[in-house]
Amino acid sequence: MDWGSIFELSLRELIGVQAIVFALAAIGINVQFGYTGLLNFGQAAFAAVGGYGIAVIVTTYDMSFWLGLVVGIAGAVVLALLLGIPTLRLRADYLAIVTIAASEIVRLVGRSAWGRDVFGGSDGITGFSNDFYDLNPFSEPLELGPFEFRERVLWVLAVGWTLVAICTLVVFLLMRSPWGRVLKGIREDEDAVRSLGKNVYAYKMQSLVIGGVMGALAGMVYSLFQGAMQPDVYATNFTFFAYAILILGGAATVFGPVLGAMIVWFSFQFIDLALRGAIGQGYIPDWLMDSNDTGAVRFMLTGVVLILLLVFRPQGILGDRREIALDAR
Amino acid sequence: MQKLARCLGALLAVLAAVLLAAPAAAQGSGETVHGTLTYQDAPVEGVTITVSSADGEEVGTATTAADGTWEVPVPGPGDYAVVLDAATLPSTAPGVARDTIETTVNPQQRKVVLFRVGTPESGGGEQPAPSQTAPSEGGEGEAPGAGTESGGGAEAEAGDDVTATAGNNRFLQLLISGVRFGLILGLAGLGLSLVFGTTGLTNFAHGELILFGAVAALLLNQAGMPVLLAALLAAVLSGVFGWGQDRGFWRPLRKKPTGLIALMIISIGVSLILRYLTQFIIGGGRETYDQYTYQDPISIGPVFVTTRDLVIMGICLVLLAGVALALTRTRMGKAIRAVADNPALAAASGINVDRVITTVWTAGTALAGLSGVFFGMIQGVDYLMGMRVLLLVFAATVLGGLGTAWGAMVGALVVGVFIEVSSYVVPSELKTAGVLVVLILILLFRPQGILGRRERVG
Repeated sequence: MDWGSIFELSLRELIGVQAIVFALAAIGINVQFGYTGLLNFGQAAFAAVGGYGIAVIVTTYDMSFWLGLVVGIAGAVVLALLLGIPTLRLRADYLAIVTIAASEIVRLVGRSAWGRDVFGGSDGITGFSNDFYDLNPFSEPLELGPFEFRERVLWVLAVGWTLVAICTLVVFLLMRSPWGRVLKGIREDEDAVRSLGKNVYAYKMQSLVIGGVMGALAGMVYSLFQGAMQPDVYATNFTFFAYAILILGGAATVFGPVLGAMIVWFSFQFIDLALRGAIGQGYIPDWLMDSNDTGAVRFMLTGVVLILLLVFRPQGILGDRREIALDAR
Repeated sequence: MQKLARCLGALLAVLAAVLLAAPAAAQGSGETVHGTLTYQDAPVEGVTITVSSADGEEVGTATTAADGTWEVPVPGPGDYAVVLDAATLPSTAPGVARDTIETTVNPQQRKVVLFRVGTPESGGGEQPAPSQTAPSEGGEGEAPGAGTESGGGAEAEAGDDVTATAGNNRFLQLLISGVRFGLILGLAGLGLSLVFGTTGLTNFAHGELILFGAVAALLLNQAGMPVLLAALLAAVLSGVFGWGQDRGFWRPLRKKPTGLIALMIISIGVSLILRYLTQFIIGGGRETYDQYTYQDPISIGPVFVTTRDLVIMGICLVLLAGVALALTRTRMGKAIRAVADNPALAAASGINVDRVITTVWTAGTALAGLSGVFFGMIQGVDYLMGMRVLLLVFAATVLGGLGTAWGAMVGALVVGVFIEVSSYVVPSELKTAGVLVVLILILLFRPQGILGRRERVG
């Protein structure tokens, strides 16, 4: 097995597009879950709405790319309001069930033959990313040590990491503001905050909207990078990955989601390549698994890591155990 | 803490053992060929569809489920031939316009292939009589390509010769399948509702408990056991699985103690592990039992029902009534309701809360496992079935009132009937989405559910 190239390819994922997408999605969940204690299990829906915003506006209705961006973000805001109004007054698990239901609704409608004229059915939509790549200022590939990035990838990475940086900064600034302290107060004891005269419902709603918009950005980056908007990318596993990333990095920390995303995609790639290599070399016998099984192994590992983290280190890598008292209200 | 670590270690060891023993058949990179088979807007069940690769090698087979859907995972991108076995079409469907469709699958694509059930358009030669019992062969190969791969064009030919009367009774027919679905769903949801009632845990791994029963029966069946025996054994195994899960995993976590939200996320981890372990073991395709997958329906008054469905509905009714009686009449049932009401008070009055919770886990998982076998008989078994059913179970329990056993039963019936009857107005691929929309609307107006007590739940 060529460990050198396996390591090299895995290191690439540290700053790869997947890491960006899931960092953005996890930053959004961090605002909702980490700081406010809201269980949004429908981040995939927000990402899908962001992706569809651009794809539908540009390809289906042949309008401007910039309008697509606006529609994608507005769509996420509307979705957050729709989900929040019935559930934010209820116990935490109601929001969880409603948001996971919403993410399946978005996916099912998106891939249905019924909505095919607008959403492109299960094949999704393509051909909306040209405007984005026309803006690309990079004209030649960049070589960075052993890595070489093509112009297109370079442009996505630049935009993506800029977005991650902006979102991280926004979270950092918001959470040291009085507004952020109210959010943390809601997470710790909702009734106490209410007794201080704060409108808990409004604060929760704002948190849901902000986190949702960040999720929409994740979907936009991913569909622009792929050049395609496919509904099945945004299944519930998308959300669960983002949760695993957030909890690994450390919920309620500013850099936790970013660190988690980088580590998770590095290890996914590493495990995937190592397993494939071992299968190719015959170290893992054929009857046990073939290279198609590596995907299932990845999901199982995510589950194991999620359980172990919550049992033994709920605060993740960067977190503070006292701060993140995960408990239902 | 130490005990917990040991338990986790044991769980991992079991996992590893299963992994080592599992034959590798899974296809993980996600390319599949799938579609929905409908005739006159009604799903067609029990039709065999075979996918072969370009060089003629068979890749996999699927049988259409009760909702007409089928799916065959393919090993990778490339050209495939999809063949519908016209001999397996039910007698109500006259044939298929083109029984072989060639298609190209792109990387990571889930390709839609739609067969057009109905009288062949081009030849017009085959016009099966309404009373014909033997299914006709598919139409001429050169039938117009409409309806292939397109995702649209799923509309079946409106053959005016066949089932004109059945069309009038479609509502009743849908009602029957709705009741069937609802009863099985009720069986599936009881465990979720009772576990929530007694421990407060919203168990996202409950779908995988349903899956566990279906897969256990499938593996036993594939090992040569008749389906009925396999179903019984699968229910028992599920009960043992539930017992072990509570004793070895959830109880230590409760003792630790772990917060409810942390437990909820842990249950997501459990569900991921179980779901993809299943994919690892049975592969990504849809498997079927070797008996009771398809029966010719018998006519009762205006509707058609299969004996299998009648038996399933009977068993579900008996079990649901049994649980209801047990909850109201037996000591354990009363203890369960006491713990659901107030665990601390129940413990103070001498009820062994841990034993009650373990009983709930055992019985709930056994019922869920049995419902999984029923779902498997009707729709076939695939590793995602738990996930699909879970959302409907959630909808049913929330609808009926989270944590109440009666609520779970009533909610499940409502959801089951609604989901089937709604295909009257909603495209059948969207009926799940329809139910979930209704769930959200109900939460808006009556968060405590239909039967839940009117109290502040926030």
